[in-house]
Amino acid sequence: MISFDWEWAFVLEILPMILSAAKVTLLATLLGSILAILVGLSFALLRRSKLVLLRVVTYWVVEFVRSTPLLVQIFFLYYVLPEFGISMSPLLTGVLALGLHYGAYLSEVFRSGIDGIEKGQWEAARALNLTTYDTYKDIVLPQAIRPMIPATGNYIIAMFKETPQLSAITLLEMLQVAKIIGSENFRYLEPFTLVGILYLVFSLVAAYGIHCIERRFPKEGFTLR
Amino acid sequence: MKQPLIEFKNVEKRFGDTVIFRDFNFSVEEGEIVSIIGPSGSGKSTLLRILMTLEGIEGGVVRVAGKPLWHKETDKGLVLADEKHLHEMRNHLGMVFQHFNLFPHMTVKRNITEAPMRVQGKTEIEANKIADELLELVGLSDKADMYPNSLSGGQKQRVGIARALAMQPAILLLDEITSALDPELVEEVLDVIRNLALKHSFTMLLVTHEMYFAREISDRVCFFDQGAIVEEGEPERLFIHPNEERTKAFLKAYMSQ
Amino acid sequence: MPFGEIVSILLEGTWVTLKIVAFALPLAAIMAFTFGLLRMYAPKPIKYVSVAYIEFFRGTSALIQLYWIYFVLPFFGVSIDAMTAGVLAIGLNIGAYGTEVVRGAMQSVPKGQYEASVALNFTSSQRLWRILMPQALVNMIPPFGNLAIELVKATSLVSLITIADLTYRAKSLADMTLQVTEIFAVVLVLYFVIAQVLAFSFKGIEKRLSRGLGRGGLD
Repeated sequence: MISFDWEWAFVLEILPMILSAAKVTLLATLLGSILAILVGLSFALLRRSKLVLLRVVTYWVVEFVRSTPLLVQIFFLYYVLPEFGISMSPLLTGVLALGLHYGAYLSEVFRSGIDGIEKGQWEAARALNLTTYDTYKDIVLPQAIRPMIPATGNYIIAMFKETPQLSAITLLEMLQVAKIIGSENFRYLEPFTLVGILYLVFSLVAAYGIHCIERRFPKEGFTLR
Repeated sequence: MKQPLIEFKNVEKRFGDTVIFRDFNFSVEEGEIVSIIGPSGSGKSTLLRILMTLEGIEGGVVRVAGKPLWHKETDKGLVLADEKHLHEMRNHLGMVFQHFNLFPHMTVKRNITEAPMRVQGKTEIEANKIADELLELVGLSDKADMYPNSLSGGQKQRVGIARALAMQPAILLLDEITSALDPELVEEVLDVIRNLALKHSFTMLLVTHEMYFAREISDRVCFFDQGAIVEEGEPERLFIHPNEERTKAFLKAYMSQ
Repeated sequence: MPFGEIVSILLEGTWVTLKIVAFALPLAAIMAFTFGLLRMYAPKPIKYVSVAYIEFFRGTSALIQLYWIYFVLPFFGVSIDAMTAGVLAIGLNIGAYGTEVVRGAMQSVPKGQYEASVALNFTSSQRLWRILMPQALVNMIPPFGNLAIELVKATSLVSLITIADLTYRAKSLADMTLQVTEIFAVVLVLYFVIAQVLAFSFKGIEKRLSRGLGRGGLD
């Protein structure tokens, strides 16, 4: 049996490598969230379309994406896209998978946020003869955004915690780097624990950040320019 | 001198910084029916909730049947009681709630038999017998196997009364039991209480907004305001010749509603 | 490779996936109830242990937990096979999320129910098991259904510690053949079917329980 005593020297040696991999993790999360918000918003609006077929198809697409594993979706994009002549870097493939997967989740958040706006608001907008676009932009979204922040934030944190799965398509994010360090030195305790702690710290900081963002939004909503 | 059944002595009760009672004194004799009236937020319900052990006290002592409710007597004086003591003391008391609080996952009958069986260790046969009698008393024998959700508010509250009575408490606490009811359902519930008051020698403590009912049923009426008893006395006297200005104002406001 | 052969290999993988689900799901449920209730009702030191478990497993990611259990624990002298590591990591991870479901559902029972159970002098364990829990259970079913689907999805992670589950077989087939589109389409559909069956079952349970809460009978 190999001894498992915690070695600080080893920690200090590997910390820079893991921290530089953290940049990849954070970049994937950032790009993934932007994509997820766009995808989520599109799905949410499609679910409100006047065409029944469009609503039904969107429902099942969202349901399908949500109930199949992210890891398989990552593999799917990684193996299948090149078949169609699209080749992307592991990072872009990963961002696409994260964005799609969490976009499906976010569409539900956005949909219920929009549904949460009282019927009277829609009626008032109609009575004032606002266009659909203006109704969304000036009446609905400004009121709906604040209540959507906590759930959206939680999903983004959840996405962040799933980025280690991108190691499966050779992206050199934190966990992959930790695994490589581990197998080279035959010491897994420090690298994996370190990555775990970093995830914990990042999640806590992010949760606090979301809380602050929510508080900074005025309760009454705001006016988009 | 005979000891009162319920006694509040120098009781203090706070919610955070808000003082509900300070140096509060109050007592009820055995067999007495006492109504508590007064504006909302005056501490009426808190009084009942302290007795039912739903709210603790910050100072003073409450005695029920001679024993401290929230404390245990030891050589070193009173110490805060544990759950075992509270469990023992609750045997004296029963409560009917404003919002009924029936158990939605049990039939009407089960609502009534559950506590006698689980708490008092009665057999199912004994408990069912008690439930049948009580359901007859409140006029709901035909609803025994229904679930609370399918009853009207008045029926729910009659079940609530039967459920409290099934434990055979010496003291019955009625906390605004008609406040959540539609006006046309109030009488059927009050009739049950009238009936009880006539046929049994309960000690009853009721918080109510139905002044005519308080006047009709009570031995004594207490007017509460801002955590203190402003005035108390026999109902006829208090309602017709109130001494205190605040009582007069309250009754006048009530009449003009 | 003939399509039939691919499907039969993938079905074998499905069987492995279902086996992991069958072990991890009860583990998650036990963890959710135990630590959810301990967190709410236990005295301080035990409560903090529960909070630590919940925050740790919710705060870090499932794959890291899996790797930690599989790669690090052996260095502590706890040697663990891949299957056990997979079941443990997934069960503990989803269980930690489940504690929040238990807590939320218990808190959703109206306060009056607790008060009535005090007034009727039930003991604290009777209050919990006879009055509050039966009512909370109904509210737990839909979120538990969602978590069960999350659990099925999480089982795909075990493919990364060399368990030959559905995902693992898909990847090795994809590395061997060129029929990647068919392979992954079948795999996604298989996962989707498992999820839908679970969702459907949970809806059935919910229907039965909530019927009990109005007319049928729960106890």
